[in-house]
Formats: sequence, structure tokens, C-alpha cells
Amino acid sequence: MITLTVNGERVSRHVDPRRHLIDFLRLDLGLTGSHAGCEHGVCGACTVRVDGEIVRGCLVLAASLDGAEVTTIEGLSDSGEVADLQANFVARNAAQCGFCTPGMIMTAADILAHQKDATRAEIREHLAGNYCRCTGYQAIVDAVEATLEARR
Amino acid sequence: MKWPAMTYHRATSLADVWAAFAAHGPSVTILAGGQTLLATLAFRLSEPGMLLDITRIPELRGITLQGQVLRIGALTRHVELGRDLLVRQHAPLLAQAVPHIAHPAIRNRGTIGGSLAYADPAAELPACAVALDAVVVAASTAGERRIPASAFFTDLLQNALAPGEIIVAVEIPIQPSLAAIDEVARRSGDYAMAGLAAAMRVHDGRVVAPRLVYFGVGRGPVLAGAACRALEGRPLTAESIAAAQAALTTDLDPPQDLHGPSEMKRHLARVLTARVLNAWLRPTEMAA
Repeated sequence: MITLTVNGERVSRHVDPRRHLIDFLRLDLGLTGSHAGCEHGVCGACTVRVDGEIVRGCLVLAASLDGAEVTTIEGLSDSGEVADLQANFVARNAAQCGFCTPGMIMTAADILAHQKDATRAEIREHLAGNYCRCTGYQAIVDAVEATLEARR
Repeated sequence: MKWPAMTYHRATSLADVWAAFAAHGPSVTILAGGQTLLATLAFRLSEPGMLLDITRIPELRGITLQGQVLRIGALTRHVELGRDLLVRQHAPLLAQAVPHIAHPAIRNRGTIGGSLAYADPAAELPACAVALDAVVVAASTAGERRIPASAFFTDLLQNALAPGEIIVAVEIPIQPSLAAIDEVARRSGDYAMAGLAAAMRVHDGRVVAPRLVYFGVGRGPVLAGAACRALEGRPLTAESIAAAQAALTTDLDPPQDLHGPSEMKRHLARVLTARVLNAWLRPTEMAA
């Protein structure tokens, strides 16, 4: 049995040890915004926050998260923290098929929060662990860069 | 693939770890940051009976200066290594290595103890540990044992830990020195096709105790003895660097892999040697 906070709500569940965080969120809690892509830590589609820091949801054991605070794209979106970033994603067509978008937004939010002066090269570096198989990287980097500039 | 069926136990003290080893023996696999282990579960490259989560054991955390040694707790995450002031001051090579390790989301969970224990030949921290002449502190019910990093990586993905031992810390001797790391990877954050962690001192204009440690080119981090001898006691110049590059033919026999043949990797090692060592020369003295 684990008890944790997900998007501000307290949740208690029995979890199988073989359950990773993304399956726990998607299958047990019905939060399907975080995507299970490669499921071995390469693609970044499953990026979520645990205790305020981004992690690969597929490389975290749900059972290990007793007492943790988890934020998914649903929580981040509802909080309004990245409303301007999301608007810039729409304006620049930075979401194409959309599969990578939740992970991209979670990772980009990390840049907005901690690297307010990031250059384009630093944005690319920070997003390098998130795959977009539509290869829409330029528009994604544009959207993050525009958001950073507008916030300055 | 989904992970195999297994049990999970959370240890909150070293005593819990010893009790789990006593009760379950070799079916126990230690879970620290999990950034390699959990990926191997997805490939079914490992099927542990029990995952023993050690991340809530306080003794395995913390970075402290103890006399002439910087002691880094095994659970120190890569992100912490990159920003810790003691590390930046006394073992800057480790901080410099961090941006090369995977991606931010992985650096937020992966640990130094886990990286050393996994002993991936292409990983940065094992090579840095050898370059800095670090000591791996292992513990078991028999107490602590200190293993020099140069003797710790015994073969491909193999280390010198005995059954029932875990890494509790890494100790870095503090001495003023030049140190740097560089690597060539196809994509930022990927494992290196070839890399070099180098440390040395310069005394009276001459190189003292050089340690050139290559990664991604062997069955573990490779301390290039002939290249080091080519530098030892000589001034650092274009000529001595060229001699070190030439000596790599003796030192390195890289296995062919997905990235390319042996000679390509040896070439990359020579390129990295010039990049790292040239940075310590005056601009007029650079080797090709």
C-alpha cells in the first residue's frame, strides 16, 4: 500500500511491484496525459514531476513513491503554470501528432522554472532527451524560446 | 516489455539490507536510482527475485570533506554532483562530467553508487573515478572495505564487490591538479562512442602523475599506461601530446561495436586526447 499526492490530491493504492509510475498513473488512476512510449527511458514521452523534479515515469517504481508528490501534465496544465507555453505550442504548430507533447511540455516547464536565461542551444540541450518522431523540433524550440523571451 | 514479476522491499537502514541479504541471498538486487536497472528489466536482461530499495537509507547520503578526502555518499544523484559546492571545488572533474550523463530527467534520479556498481564501459563516472584515483567504500556485515577504483572494474559490467557487499560511498583524494573530460556521442546524452577523463599535475613545467582514462573503448574504463608514460616527467607540449596519441595504439584495443570498427574508436581516442590536453597548452603549442 502506498499513499502519495498526485496533482494535489491524496491517493492510497495497493500496487504490484512490477508497476512503473506511468502505468500506475494511466491504468490505476486514469490519468492518460502522460504517455508510455519506449518504456525503457529513451524517448521522454513519460516525463512527469516527482517531488518537484522531472523524471522518466517509466524508470520509477510506483511502489517506491510512498509519501511522494507527483505532478502530471494534467496537474501542470490545470495549475496555469504553463498556459503561455501551451499557447505558443499552438501558435507555432509545435504539437503535430501530439504523442511527445506532454513530455515536451513537462521538460520545457523545467527550463522555464530553472533556466530563465537559457539560450537556444541550452533549450535544445535540455530537450535532447525527448524524442519527437514527427521531427518538429524547430517549432518546439521556437515555442520554448518565445515563452522565455515573453516572460523576461 | 513490462517488467517481470518480483517482490519489493524498502530498506531504511543498513541493518535492513543485511537482514534482506541473510533471508533472500542472491535473489536480492539493490535498487538505487534505477535508471539503468529498471531499463534492463524492460528488456528482461535482469529478472531479480526481490528489488531492495536503498534510497531511504540516510547513511548513504551526503558529501563531506574529511581531511584530505572528499567523501561522496553512494546515493548522491548526478544532479547533486553537478551543483554541489564541495564537488565543484575539490573534484571539479565530476561536476564537469554531469552534463555528459544522459538527460536532466535521468540525472535527477541516477546515483554515483549505481553508476559505479553497474560498471558500464561507456559510462562517465567509472572513468572519472579511475582518473581521480578514487576509492570505492564497500560495506557488509563484516564492516567497511576500501577498493581502489583502478581495481574495482573487473570486466564488462562486472565489479569487485563480494556477495553481501554494497557501495556506501566514494572517496576522492584531494590534490591540486588539472582534470577534464570530453567525449564523442552521436546525440547529446547518449552513451559515448569514445570518451576521455584525464587528470594530471604540472610541477616545475613537467607533467606529474598523468592519468588518461578512456571510456567506450574497452571492457571497462581503460587507464592508458603507455600514453601516461609518454607524458610523465616531460613538459606538456605538442610533441609530448603527439607521443601520448601514438602510444594509444599499444593501450587501446577497442572491440568493434554498433558505432564502428576498432580503428575508428582508436581514432576518436586520439582526437579526444588532443582536445583535452591542448586545452592546457598555450595556443601556440597545440597538437593536431
